[in-house]
Amino acid sequence: MSIRVENLIHIYDKGMPTEQLALDNISFAADDGRMVGIIGHTGSGKSTLLQHLNGLLRPDSGKIIIGDTDITQPGVSMVEIRKKIGLVFQYPEYQLFEETVAKDVAFGPKNLGLSREEIDERVREAIELVGLDYEEMKDRSPFELSGGQKRRVAIAGVVAMRPEVLILDEPTAGLDPKAHKDVLNMVEEVHKRTGNITILVSHNMADIARLCDKIIVIDSGKLITSGTPYEVFSKKEELRAVGLELPPVTRFTETLRERGIDLAATILDTDTAAEQIAAYLKGKAK
Amino acid sequence: MDNIITIENLIFEYNKGDESHPVRAIDNLNLQVERGSFTAIIGKNGSGKSTLAKNLNGLLLPTEGVIHVDGYDTRDDDNIWNIRQTAGMVFQNPDNQLVSAIVEDDVAFGPENLGIDPAEIRRRVDKALKDVNMGQFKKKAPHLLSGGQKQRIAIAGVVAMKPKCIIFDEPTAMLDPKGRAEIMSIIDELHAEGITVILITHFMDEAVRADRVIIMHEGRILLDGTPQKVFEQEELIRSVNLDVPLMVEMGAKLRKAGIDIPQSIITEEEMVEYICQYE
Repeated sequence: MSIRVENLIHIYDKGMPTEQLALDNISFAADDGRMVGIIGHTGSGKSTLLQHLNGLLRPDSGKIIIGDTDITQPGVSMVEIRKKIGLVFQYPEYQLFEETVAKDVAFGPKNLGLSREEIDERVREAIELVGLDYEEMKDRSPFELSGGQKRRVAIAGVVAMRPEVLILDEPTAGLDPKAHKDVLNMVEEVHKRTGNITILVSHNMADIARLCDKIIVIDSGKLITSGTPYEVFSKKEELRAVGLELPPVTRFTETLRERGIDLAATILDTDTAAEQIAAYLKGKAK
Repeated sequence: MDNIITIENLIFEYNKGDESHPVRAIDNLNLQVERGSFTAIIGKNGSGKSTLAKNLNGLLLPTEGVIHVDGYDTRDDDNIWNIRQTAGMVFQNPDNQLVSAIVEDDVAFGPENLGIDPAEIRRRVDKALKDVNMGQFKKKAPHLLSGGQKQRIAIAGVVAMKPKCIIFDEPTAMLDPKGRAEIMSIIDELHAEGITVILITHFMDEAVRADRVIIMHEGRILLDGTPQKVFEQEELIRSVNLDVPLMVEMGAKLRKAGIDIPQSIITEEEMVEYICQYE
């Protein structure tokens, strides 16, 4: 399984005075088992891109090929797209609506026309995949849960569709530090256990650097650069020019480097940063 | 010390369906907030920090105990407008706080309800919009603005009431990094103008900007002091599932590696200077 986006173009209000090129020839690919990060400031075109990936918007030109199906083709049904690609919106818990957790998670699979047994099995599996206890949670009202739990239930609703590509738009926005960590660990766990392609959209550069195999940078509807976290975060001038920052620890070590401290370039984790700074300072003290 | 807020033995309980088993959100809390200070309150969800904030301007009333805001007892109905005018609140989601279709009308909403003279309202609205750098947007529709801009309008609406104190309840939680930076610099400016600031946040890099940090846990105050003093307690803070600022973590790792980094270093600027001057 792979996802390939080829020369995607989307124009809002085509032919109107307000016409705007929202996606400008975007191409990228990801294979099974990969986690891809998408970064870009608000208004860069990220959300427009996501809405194409799950069929909510159709491109003016270009292709989105999942496996061997081009989902932009007229003959492809929404159900087919939704089976392949699951999109978790920002603040997905606002979309919880059922009386019980189990019913809420079952909503998507029911619409796929699956058998009762199949639905029950998927609901149980999804609730457990997001780190909740099925027996304890299934009959509870989603509205009496904590913020972090609600978000897990909402994500379980998408996971229960068993999508080959799972897209999460800012899955940790508004959560406290503990829930933030828990939700990301859960995303990683689901990713590892299902082997899906996960696409993570986030403003948190530390999370993106830690989790993703590949990062795509979007600005003004264009893909301006892509690569491994190391490759992308090495281009600090390019990122700053489009209003993006480095992960905090990287920003810190780069500031030290600019001040003449001898460290490796583009350090992405605190342990490496601390080791290198300690080694430098010990060398200096001698 | 001149305190704008004094809280004595505050207990707050709410009913979760079952009236015989109230949930205690705040458990015998005592606190004084000095006039003109900048206090950050952190704590995980459910620690009682938002409940505390809502008690500070009479949105919630104590189950037991007394709160005085600029001398007014929050339990006294006759004081409620004075209290609301003294202590303004800014919430997480600006969409829940904006009421009008035009930016300047929205900012005027509060002062209008105070029965202020129209010419004075005009002056206040212009000043408040200028304070949040949104003067050029005064004729725009709020829903066409970015999250950070909307939050600035919500702040202007509070500023136009001329409060002595503003309580910010996670004002940057829904914003992107640029929006967060905008709001934090406005909070710094309001504080510099003499407004007492209480900032509830999950972001440790925001908390280090305050002159006092309070960590809440299970309805009580776990730690209270300058950011330097509070963040020295790294293990205790982590034990209640909170983070510490990146530079506190970095300092601890460097000390473990045998480098003598003072515990008082909690910001990036301080750490960079210290490392550059290390002998």
